[in-house]
Amino acid sequence: MTTTVAEPVRDYDEVTAAFDPVLGLEVHVELNTATKMFCGCTTIFGAEPNSQVCPVCLGLPGALPVLNEIGLESAIRIGLALNCTIAERCRFARKNYFYPDMPKNFQTSQYDEPIAFDGHLDVELDDGTTFRVPVERAHMEEDTGKSLHVGGATGRIHGADYSLVDYNRAGIPLIEIVTKPVEGAGERAPEIARAYVSALRDLLRGLRVSDVRMEQGSLRCDANISLRPKAAPGEDQSAVPFGTRSETKNVNSLRSVERAIRYEMTRQADRLLSGQRVVQETRHWHEDTGVTTSGRSKEEAEDYRYFPEPDLVPIVPDPARVEELRALLPEPPGVRRKRLQAEWGISDLEMRDVVNARAVELIEATITAGATAATARKWWTQELARQAKTSGVELADLPITPAQVAALQALVDAGTINDKLARQVLEGVLAGEGDPKDVVAARGLKVVSDDGALGNAVDRAIEANPEVAEKIRGGKVAAAGALVGSVMRDMRGQADAAKVRSLILARLAPGEADGNG
Amino acid sequence: MAEELIRRTAAELAGALTRREVSSVEVTRAHLDRIAAVDGTRDADGVATGPGVHAFLHVSAESALAEAAFVDAARAAGETLPPLAGVPIAVKDVMTTRGVPTTCGSRILTGWVPPYDATVVRKLKESRLVLLGKTNMDEFAMGSSTEHSAYGPTRNPWDPTRIPGGSGGGSAAALAAFEAPLATGTDTGGSIRQPASVTGTVGVKPTYGAVSRYGLVALASSLDQAGPCARTVLDTALLHAVMAGHDPRDSTSLSDPVPDVVAAATTMDVSGMRIGVVRELHGDAENGSGYQAGVLRRFDEAVEALVDAGAKVVEVSCPSFTTALAAYYLILPSEASSNLAKFDAMRYGLRVRPEGVSDPTAEQVMAASRAAGFGDEVKRRIILGAYALSSGYYDAYYGSAQKVRTLVQRDFAAAFAEADVLVSPTSPTTAFPLGAKLDDPLSMYLQDVATIPANLAGVPGMSLPAGLADEDGLPVGVQILAPARADDRLYRVGAVLEAALRGRWGGPLLDRIPEFPPLGG
Repeated sequence: MTTTVAEPVRDYDEVTAAFDPVLGLEVHVELNTATKMFCGCTTIFGAEPNSQVCPVCLGLPGALPVLNEIGLESAIRIGLALNCTIAERCRFARKNYFYPDMPKNFQTSQYDEPIAFDGHLDVELDDGTTFRVPVERAHMEEDTGKSLHVGGATGRIHGADYSLVDYNRAGIPLIEIVTKPVEGAGERAPEIARAYVSALRDLLRGLRVSDVRMEQGSLRCDANISLRPKAAPGEDQSAVPFGTRSETKNVNSLRSVERAIRYEMTRQADRLLSGQRVVQETRHWHEDTGVTTSGRSKEEAEDYRYFPEPDLVPIVPDPARVEELRALLPEPPGVRRKRLQAEWGISDLEMRDVVNARAVELIEATITAGATAATARKWWTQELARQAKTSGVELADLPITPAQVAALQALVDAGTINDKLARQVLEGVLAGEGDPKDVVAARGLKVVSDDGALGNAVDRAIEANPEVAEKIRGGKVAAAGALVGSVMRDMRGQADAAKVRSLILARLAPGEADGNG
Repeated sequence: MAEELIRRTAAELAGALTRREVSSVEVTRAHLDRIAAVDGTRDADGVATGPGVHAFLHVSAESALAEAAFVDAARAAGETLPPLAGVPIAVKDVMTTRGVPTTCGSRILTGWVPPYDATVVRKLKESRLVLLGKTNMDEFAMGSSTEHSAYGPTRNPWDPTRIPGGSGGGSAAALAAFEAPLATGTDTGGSIRQPASVTGTVGVKPTYGAVSRYGLVALASSLDQAGPCARTVLDTALLHAVMAGHDPRDSTSLSDPVPDVVAAATTMDVSGMRIGVVRELHGDAENGSGYQAGVLRRFDEAVEALVDAGAKVVEVSCPSFTTALAAYYLILPSEASSNLAKFDAMRYGLRVRPEGVSDPTAEQVMAASRAAGFGDEVKRRIILGAYALSSGYYDAYYGSAQKVRTLVQRDFAAAFAEADVLVSPTSPTTAFPLGAKLDDPLSMYLQDVATIPANLAGVPGMSLPAGLADEDGLPVGVQILAPARADDRLYRVGAVLEAALRGRWGGPLLDRIPEFPPLGG
């Protein structure tokens, strides 16, 4: 890309005072089916270039597509989860355009007959309020290959010496989810856009239909935005016609969705306020500089010459199967989150921490495996979150299972180990030394609760700390903590602290001993 | 011996092979010798040179003899082999053949060797037929004369100055010239039936979906259908049985069992069957002017022969057939414009660097390669199709054409309520001279006026020889059409008609073919 001259922008408050934004979001989701949309090729991410190809996905002469039934079911489930109507009958169409990474020079997609249409997604915002985003349609299509431009400074096609194409991605099933124009977002438009993509991601993750990794491109967002003059007080905003929109691509993180929309609003507002018009075009988001730059103009829009795909038969979903899929839908993420928050008895803020740590499923599974809500949450949001951060992996990718976490807590609850030893056991489990009980056995981490051994250690501690002992004898029971610490050090942490305390009190302040020992 | 072998039918050859009276190597060699004797030569670019039938674009002599030897060895070892094992066959060059060049008669596929077999080709191999080579065709099956082949036209064995029909003129001419006893074809608007008609051979376009399209380089996906070509109705049925059947790789493939076409070809009974003569395809209605008198005379005799055999004749009307040609020439180019987009020089085939551009873009290479690689007829149809699909015109062109298609289907349904099969001349004329219609695409398109309705409706059709036209002594074809999935009716009626007309002409029509002018003679 050549050096871009930053376009003038307006202050955000000035934008929202003068304009009402209308959002439109197009999200492409790569399904996680084992094989491609129209052939039997595998779909492993990051495989050797052109190692997952066949005559069909290479578009060789004579090859024909056959629909992946799992892909179709995923599309129907997504449609149902988005509260859409599922088409009784629909077809694929061909979208014709020439590009080297498109093997057939047409994309098999759906055009005027999407599999799912007319739905909505309720999106929870930061302040706890809910905003309903209307969904126009969800349709099936195939992904293209990937071009790699070699040489030149920017890795983009302009200035490259030559280009390579990897067709591994060609034919991977995609679902495109398109919103209706989202009105009424006002100054919260950027936040609503981010929250929508975030909620959609959670929903898709819950359906287990996609890896939904924005950084790997399995969830991609195109953000459309237009501004129209704000209606005068008392007038109907929806009666004001939409402005000209821009479509921003390369928005590859939740944060970028919010930033890109906010930027586009300030850029468009400047044009409108300085007497220019907004050009209908595709724009490219730059994460590093936080601006968008002009891509190709859509005013001379390409004519895709859509027509029904004659190589595939119309899709007529079995209504009974659709109802079966509807009944098997997981609880919507928002509803589920509210239920779990109530069950776990935690605050909104604590729940948000859990969600942000991507620990909801892990905590739930740990509870199922026998831990209490409080202990399960404590492990995943504190010690394990710290471990994940240190190793730079997702929480879920740590080499420990919720069952192991529950087993660890059970050992603590039984007094076999204490909190300090538990952390050592955890390290052992993460290091691949087996289940918590194996680590305890192998490392000899069991808490010592044997009266003889502990008694000797207590005696040594009293002897070594005569002033403290005297204070306790004088009734300062709280000073016992110092002696407990001394014993724990002596025992390398492998002592039952409660037991140590009661032994100390039995020797120095018999009246205070609670008999727990 | 060799001369006698090449004149035998596939059924006769299969019998002789089974009885081990002759070996597949002998049969194969006889046909390869015949090809060497009459087919002619090609230059380094594959273009036909000098005299000859020029039915073949590629001859696989070595692999054919090797497979023949395998079949002979298997038979000698006492293995039970499929009925046509060891019988040679020619394959239309529109079907992909693993390791064997496949050009579709186009310059743009020069040098392409497919890495996979079409399902039809796989079935031929599994049935142990011996693949002789690939036959010539109009480029991407667009044409009715093979003159649109980038590798030069095929000549009609009845008269080397005339066209052998198209697009499957290579397969039909190979049969008529006794270069192969069987051949495959594809029929999008008549590409099996019209060449059969003008060469005095038999060809069947099965019900849409009866034969897998996987590995057939698509012209118009909703119209294309592969089928068998041979010199007799029975041979055609034997090949039909090999080619047809459900294929999970083709979503439009029928899952029904294949009708017993071989049994139908030996029933020899049409008594009580209702034969519908389609008024709109009989030349005395609005279309009359295009029909050659000799064609209509032979057709009328064929109808009489069926009546003599006990069938009843009814006249049926299919008014939409008069607009079928126009609808076809919107649907076909539309689908073709999209199907042929894949030929972009990026992954296979011809690549041409644009002249005068030092650092061409991918788009410029695509454009230059397509400009150099496609012939005029292909370009004409791509432009027509791209136009018909473009935004703002879609409803008027493609949309309206699809409505006509629905009307054609309704007309067929109504006609088949009154008749068990329909009959018409296959083609309005006998073989016309090479070059006669090259500058007049519309008159070329009119060759298919009687065959196109079957493709639009997906119903099966057969063409078989009706005799020779009085005025030019060239073969005339009669077409039989049956309801979808009733392909067996074609064979039942076809076999009876074939026998009756042989009686009238004193034997197979091809016995009357003049000896093809010897090469270099």
